[in-house]
Amino acid sequence: MSELAGILPTLLEQTAIMLWIVAVSLVFGGFGGLVIGTGLYVTRRGGILQQPVIWWVLGVLVNTFRPIPFIIFLAAMQPIGRLVVGKGIGTEYAIFAIALAATFGIARIVEQNLVSIPTGVIEAARSTGASPWRIIRTVILPEALGPLVLGYTFAVIAIVDMSAVAGLVGGDGLGNWAITYGYRQFDPLVTWSALLVIVVVVQLIQALGNWLARRIMRR
Amino acid sequence: MAQHIVLDRVSKRFPPAKRGGEEIVAVDDVSLSIDRGEVFGIIGYSGAGKSTLVRLINQLEPVSSGRITIGDVPITELRGRRLREQQTGIGMIFQRFNLLTSRTVAGNVAYPLEVVGVERAERKRRVAELLEFVGLAGRADAYPEQLSGGQQQRVGIARALATNPQVLLADEATSALDPETTVEVLDLLARVNRELGVTIVVITHEMEVITRIADRVAVMEAGRVVEVGTTYDVFTRPSTPVAKRFVQTVVRALPQGDELEQLRAKHEGRLFTISFTDEGASEARVFSALAKAGIDFNLVHGGVDDIQGRVYGLLTIAVRGDADAIAWALQRVGAGVRVEEQR
Repeated sequence: MSELAGILPTLLEQTAIMLWIVAVSLVFGGFGGLVIGTGLYVTRRGGILQQPVIWWVLGVLVNTFRPIPFIIFLAAMQPIGRLVVGKGIGTEYAIFAIALAATFGIARIVEQNLVSIPTGVIEAARSTGASPWRIIRTVILPEALGPLVLGYTFAVIAIVDMSAVAGLVGGDGLGNWAITYGYRQFDPLVTWSALLVIVVVVQLIQALGNWLARRIMRR
Repeated sequence: MAQHIVLDRVSKRFPPAKRGGEEIVAVDDVSLSIDRGEVFGIIGYSGAGKSTLVRLINQLEPVSSGRITIGDVPITELRGRRLREQQTGIGMIFQRFNLLTSRTVAGNVAYPLEVVGVERAERKRRVAELLEFVGLAGRADAYPEQLSGGQQQRVGIARALATNPQVLLADEATSALDPETTVEVLDLLARVNRELGVTIVVITHEMEVITRIADRVAVMEAGRVVEVGTTYDVFTRPSTPVAKRFVQTVVRALPQGDELEQLRAKHEGRLFTISFTDEGASEARVFSALAKAGIDFNLVHGGVDDIQGRVYGLLTIAVRGDADAIAWALQRVGAGVRVEEQR
């Protein structure tokens, strides 16, 4: 018990860092993914801004980055991180890499959810003389909001997963703490308490996502 | 009446679905003139090209060739912002209603008003007025899925009328509704035409829809308009096989198939069907002429339909007697009516 009390402050601190990494990555990756995913949807054949070349380029971009295992991606993006956030190590760089990886993952999630919108409602909006940009804001995104929330919930949990390997580039967070102080120092209490917190966090995120989606879809 | 919508040699071709496949000609060289303030029906089987045709009128699809003018605006020449400005003056309703599930009834009706930049207070006033007009005043805060099909189509109509359009396009607007609701929605459309003077183009595969509200009708087959005329004329004197088939879907007064067999079994002699229009001889005159000629006949089947307030009757009689006498008598009555023997 006293052992647990001893690690508790660090556990809380590392939990806070993990949540910070997840939140910031979600904001940037979530926005980037929304833009690229919506771009894929509107530029596809039959889309409201049909643009075969842009659609093809976006598709290749997503397909190139998405399948890279994250631990390799994290190592490989260092030069780009130095250009964008000024460094290739530490928590800030980890956030950059996670946000970038999440952008491409979320792009596909967004695209898949938008495809399920009945084309009739878009046609109805077009018949009122609405511009493509207005249709994106007032029809496409609101109509898909419920499924999008579920998709983003799925993405947040993937981001929690990615945040666990931040330690590879010297980033902090629960994952790094569990590996460095739990696994490497043969302290199962650290490993298991980190694991327990992660499980609880994921459960809470999923419950929140389900609740929100249910409210939006009114069922 | 003044021309409102004019289609001049309009075609729409879609690229082949598969590489090396054949181009699809959905609309093939169609010319039509629709008058201001009329209800114009376009009837055809699915795949005849009528839904594509109606999407050319408001330019949801660009034409492949030809020209469409609405009023004095050559809408097929417009692109981008200038086209969208014209589209705000054309309302459209759909078979599946196509309401936004993310918005309430009021939010759906307000949508076109937002597009044209009507301010909030005015929007609210107009939405209330429109919902009152379509008989949904109490349902402003409901969501589409809480409404019946007929109610959802009323919302669709309110939305389509929000910006006071001159033209309303109805694409199979009643095909997803039950017969009773269909009549309600058609009556509402007739009221829109009568009270607001909106020119309505109705696309349908149901002849009942045409006979109930259309002043004139075009019959489409394989992308072409094969017959155009007043609803009464097309109904009482269809000239193409496809128009005849549509007419038969509503005229149950004409005995067919099993019905005809039963009539034959029950009655001696030959069966003749006489068509009465309000322009020809009356039933009384025809029957007295037959009686005077000494023909022994029985009325065995038939009925009288009301098309746009005009009478159309089909009566089948069983006739016994000498072939020459029958031929002579029928020839005499044949001047005012059409007589056809059921063989």
